[in-house]
Amino acid sequence: MNIITLTTFLPLIGALVLVLYSVVAGREGEPNKLNNQYRYLTLLITTATFLVSLGILTGFDRNQVAAQMVVKAPWITSLGTSYHVGIDGLSVWLVLLTTFLMPLSVLASWHVEKRVREYMLFMLVLETGMLGVFVSLDMFLFYLFFEITLIPMYFLIGVWGGERRIYAAIKFFIYTVVGSLLMLAAIIAIYYYNGGTTFDIVEITQNFATKRTAIPFPVQRMLWFAFALAFFIKVPLWPLHTWLPDAHVEAPTAGSIILAGVLLKMGTYGLMRFNLPLFPEVSREAAPFVMTLAVIGIVYGALVAMVQPDMKKLVAYSSVSHLGFVVLGIFAFTEQALQGALYQMLAHGISTGALFMCVGMIYDRRHTRMIDEFGGVATPMPQFSTMFLIVSLSSLGLPLLNGFIGEFLILIGTFSSDVPYAKAFAVFGGLGVILSAVYLLWMLQRVLFGDVTKRENAELEDMEWREKVALIPLVAMALVMGIAPMLFLRGSEKAVNKVKEAVQINAPKVAEHR
Amino acid sequence: MLKWITLAPLIGALINGLFGKRLNEKVVGLIACLSVGVSAALSFMQFGKLLSLPADQRVITEHFFTWIQVGAFRADFAYLLDPLSGLYILFITGVGLLIHIYATGYMHGDPGYYRFFTYLNLFMFMMLTLVLADNLLLLFVGWEGVGLCSYLLIGYYIKRKEAGDAAKKAFVTNRVGDFSYSIGMFLIFTAFGSISFVAKDGVPSFLTQAASRPVEALWSLGLMGGIALLLFGGATGKSAQIPLFVWLPDAMAGPTPVSALIHAATMVTAGVYLTARCSAIVVKSPTAMTVIAVIGAATAIFAATIGLAQNDIKKVLAYSTVSQLGYMFLACGVGAFIAGIFHVMTHAFFKALLFLGSGSVIHGMHEEQDIRKMGGLRKYMKITFVTMSIGWFAIAGFPLLSGFFSKDEILWKTFTAEALPHGWGKALWAVAFLTAGLTAFYMTRMMWLTFFGEERFGKGHDAHHGHGGHGHDDHHGDHHGDKGHGHGTPHESPLVMTLPLILLAVLSIFGGFVGVPHALGNIIGIHENKIEHFLQPSIAEFHAGEHGAAAAHGAAAESHGAPAVAAEGAAKPAAAPAEAHGDASTELALTGLSVLIGLVGIGLGVLIYSKKPIRHMPSVLENKYYVDELYETTIINPLEETSRHVLWKFVDVKVIDGFVNGVARGVSELANLLRYSQTGLARSYAAVILLGAIAVIGYFVVKIFGIQIGI
Repeated sequence: MNIITLTTFLPLIGALVLVLYSVVAGREGEPNKLNNQYRYLTLLITTATFLVSLGILTGFDRNQVAAQMVVKAPWITSLGTSYHVGIDGLSVWLVLLTTFLMPLSVLASWHVEKRVREYMLFMLVLETGMLGVFVSLDMFLFYLFFEITLIPMYFLIGVWGGERRIYAAIKFFIYTVVGSLLMLAAIIAIYYYNGGTTFDIVEITQNFATKRTAIPFPVQRMLWFAFALAFFIKVPLWPLHTWLPDAHVEAPTAGSIILAGVLLKMGTYGLMRFNLPLFPEVSREAAPFVMTLAVIGIVYGALVAMVQPDMKKLVAYSSVSHLGFVVLGIFAFTEQALQGALYQMLAHGISTGALFMCVGMIYDRRHTRMIDEFGGVATPMPQFSTMFLIVSLSSLGLPLLNGFIGEFLILIGTFSSDVPYAKAFAVFGGLGVILSAVYLLWMLQRVLFGDVTKRENAELEDMEWREKVALIPLVAMALVMGIAPMLFLRGSEKAVNKVKEAVQINAPKVAEHR
Repeated sequence: MLKWITLAPLIGALINGLFGKRLNEKVVGLIACLSVGVSAALSFMQFGKLLSLPADQRVITEHFFTWIQVGAFRADFAYLLDPLSGLYILFITGVGLLIHIYATGYMHGDPGYYRFFTYLNLFMFMMLTLVLADNLLLLFVGWEGVGLCSYLLIGYYIKRKEAGDAAKKAFVTNRVGDFSYSIGMFLIFTAFGSISFVAKDGVPSFLTQAASRPVEALWSLGLMGGIALLLFGGATGKSAQIPLFVWLPDAMAGPTPVSALIHAATMVTAGVYLTARCSAIVVKSPTAMTVIAVIGAATAIFAATIGLAQNDIKKVLAYSTVSQLGYMFLACGVGAFIAGIFHVMTHAFFKALLFLGSGSVIHGMHEEQDIRKMGGLRKYMKITFVTMSIGWFAIAGFPLLSGFFSKDEILWKTFTAEALPHGWGKALWAVAFLTAGLTAFYMTRMMWLTFFGEERFGKGHDAHHGHGGHGHDDHHGDHHGDKGHGHGTPHESPLVMTLPLILLAVLSIFGGFVGVPHALGNIIGIHENKIEHFLQPSIAEFHAGEHGAAAAHGAAAESHGAPAVAAEGAAKPAAAPAEAHGDASTELALTGLSVLIGLVGIGLGVLIYSKKPIRHMPSVLENKYYVDELYETTIINPLEETSRHVLWKFVDVKVIDGFVNGVARGVSELANLLRYSQTGLARSYAAVILLGAIAVIGYFVVKIFGIQIGI
């Protein structure tokens, strides 16, 4: 069996197994014992998926531009859609990020007591959906997976969320559905423009390299915008971001980890996969506007994060800021910026996932996330505090940790970009780097340091083994990504250059040295 | 080999960080000191190797691994040892080792002992990476890394709020500087395609490329001036210059050995290092040079005046450090980079000595830091008194002590500065000259209040434990205070603490003889300014009206793999005497004047404070010119208020969300009207969405078919 297909559908198969098992064992088992079995089973499935996905990595040829490990089988022939999956430099790391984060998210969900079976079921379906998005090489298939992810996430927030979960879930749903329906329309339009025979992304991208000139420019703009809106909402780009803080605050910890870690990346991935290669002229034309929004997002997200009283909301707004960097990099069109953007997606997945995990750990102990409620936590929880500190440092872009590489490449790539005002965007974007230190260190100081002011905090227990198992891989990954970025960058190099070349058509060459 | 200089302390940090909690204090201290010892030994060996090379080929490079390579951008973990970095690693590891040894005594009994040494070793790794880096980005790794260690060590006493505040302030202020540094780096990459100090992949170093550029006109700001000022902006953060100096005095909340190592001897001089390293760019812009010189001189006198009015012994030394750093930048600004580096070195000796001495005093006084509550200590702690006095005279510029030579060189080079607008050199000299007097005066005040006069610690002493406001090193419980001493009696510190003091005192006395200025040297019989001779290949010189003449030299230097800056410096006979710029008799006369003002400062200090030690100082000085308050009210508070009330609660909640919710409500009301909503909110939304989607898709489909027919 093809390894891509196996990785993608293993969680779904696992979900079926889980259901079957619950039908068989569920009748006589004790609820508590059963719940634990569901947890372990899900952990097993997600871990297995991760291990299988490592096979993708070993088989991946980083010198090849085209998609690899491809399966193409006819599906609905009358529509011209096929089951076409594979990976290339753009998707390979995002697939691994997904499979890497899932078992850790399951570990972070250990304290979920309500309807454990359904919860785990949704997690597994979600994983297949997310993986499907990254491996699809067919627009129809892509769209299908893109939408599928909505449903489990909607329920994860709406059922297992906090007090205002219904509001948050609906807001999340509406925002994203509005965007993705527009995208559907655009996909259909592109299908017809390409001759009405195929949804194949590879084929269409190739054809569009020359054929797109036949499409009137205003229509190209419209199509570009339909895709872009869907992805901007997903990212989310300022000012389309207000669903995110609500969704994060209400979502259970694992929901937040996956949301920030993977789901948002579907937006930035989509921009690199569709908008840039399909409509390079429109992308270039729109770049200064998009970058303006991105820079506003960077600074705005950071400033609003700074004044949040709720830790989770703080981290949520920091995501708005960090994803602003990614969008900035994508629309700078230089190799450094695009590579940086891809890297920042991964880095953000790791460090923000870890931040949410840390916040979740304190929440599990105190059932509050209000910064005011804490202070001096480092005294009862030294190990946790060390981890929280490292994770925060990685998020604020300290060199030798993962966040730095992406941000730096994005900024230097943006600075040397030929997009109008690019230098100014890089400079203003750079302010986000100062501000991230402000909001994160300020939070740490109020939560971890100082005297223990509240009695409830004096006796907090430090991390248990399960929490360590969940958090330490993330911290280790943050270090590896900061020290040895070439391990990752070389894998995406070819694919990123292809995107760059596609979008650099007719563009003056960026200043060579001297 | 070079990488091991940096890695040895990292290994020490890892061992202590991971296992230190389970090891006993002696082992932790041994690991920490040993790892720095290894690093120091390697540094001296490599330095010897460097010296054995011919003067114009003193470059050792080493590639560790490729860190980032994307397109034309490349930054490696690769090291460069040349005279500039060579000198730096010597005093970093040398002074660092002494301070590590001292700290094993000073931190004795502290519950976070292993944590302290983990951070301190990590700091050594970062600092050595900073100076050995062969490119601007790896330098930046060290740059931010030392900032992190500074953050961790300032906030070392995690339970104390002011320590946490100071740590955060230090980090954030430095980040502001780092922002400037980053933009400078971007500009360098865009302009030259390289951020490396050596040639890589056939691309010459940006320094070589800069060397062939013409000098920009005064008062114009070209590429070179822009880059120089942006990098200098980074330096103002790390090296505590106006306007970003505010963090350094607060940083004294950290344990005293930290103040000595990080906030006096090494880290804070990183900005001077950066400026000297990039001297090839700086000398191309008289505008940038003027700005650097003016900021340096302004910082020097500004901080010195604040230093007059501080009562916390460490704060006096902190402002003194800011002031001395100002001297170093003044030197860089007038093109006397070598004099600046020389002062970095001598300052490392005497300021580390003074800080460690102050730590010994604080230790002996059972955590008292207020000099108003001291007095007469010379009886109780003889070694500390004698060694600190040497530091006092060295910083005051007493003839033939280390600080005398380096400060004198800076003053002379300022007086004869060519790059600055006409007359500015002399004006800045006057400022620096006055500062020298102030320095002697406030140091005398500090020494007098501490060691001379009547003992002011007797009665009030019982209450000292409860007294807040000052940053006490609170690690001392009862572990040492009662080693046979009456609780209130000051005592001399143990040998592990006094020995480093003695060694640093020796260095403070003799350390200056490596850089005796020429005019003076002729009198005392030292005819060679060793340090100038040695450093010249690493440093570029300012040449007025030069138009790319150095290009050929630059290319030649590059072919040797040399760090390129050398261009003209190496090509000329190294002894090209400074006398060309002014005559020896003027130089000697100025030297005489600066000796005089030092002595006057000391004399006045003694005269005034022996009469009445406690005097009221102008409150504007005591309050540090209200700079903190100014930043608070003009930047920090408005930013916070705007973020909270405008961006978040208005734009986010009212405008954007208001719009979104309004639309949703409108749609749902419409749906109500159409009786689609009987089954609840979610379904009605979904239904409306579906309808809308169908409409949109339908529109597109129709339109597309229409267009297709049209084509």
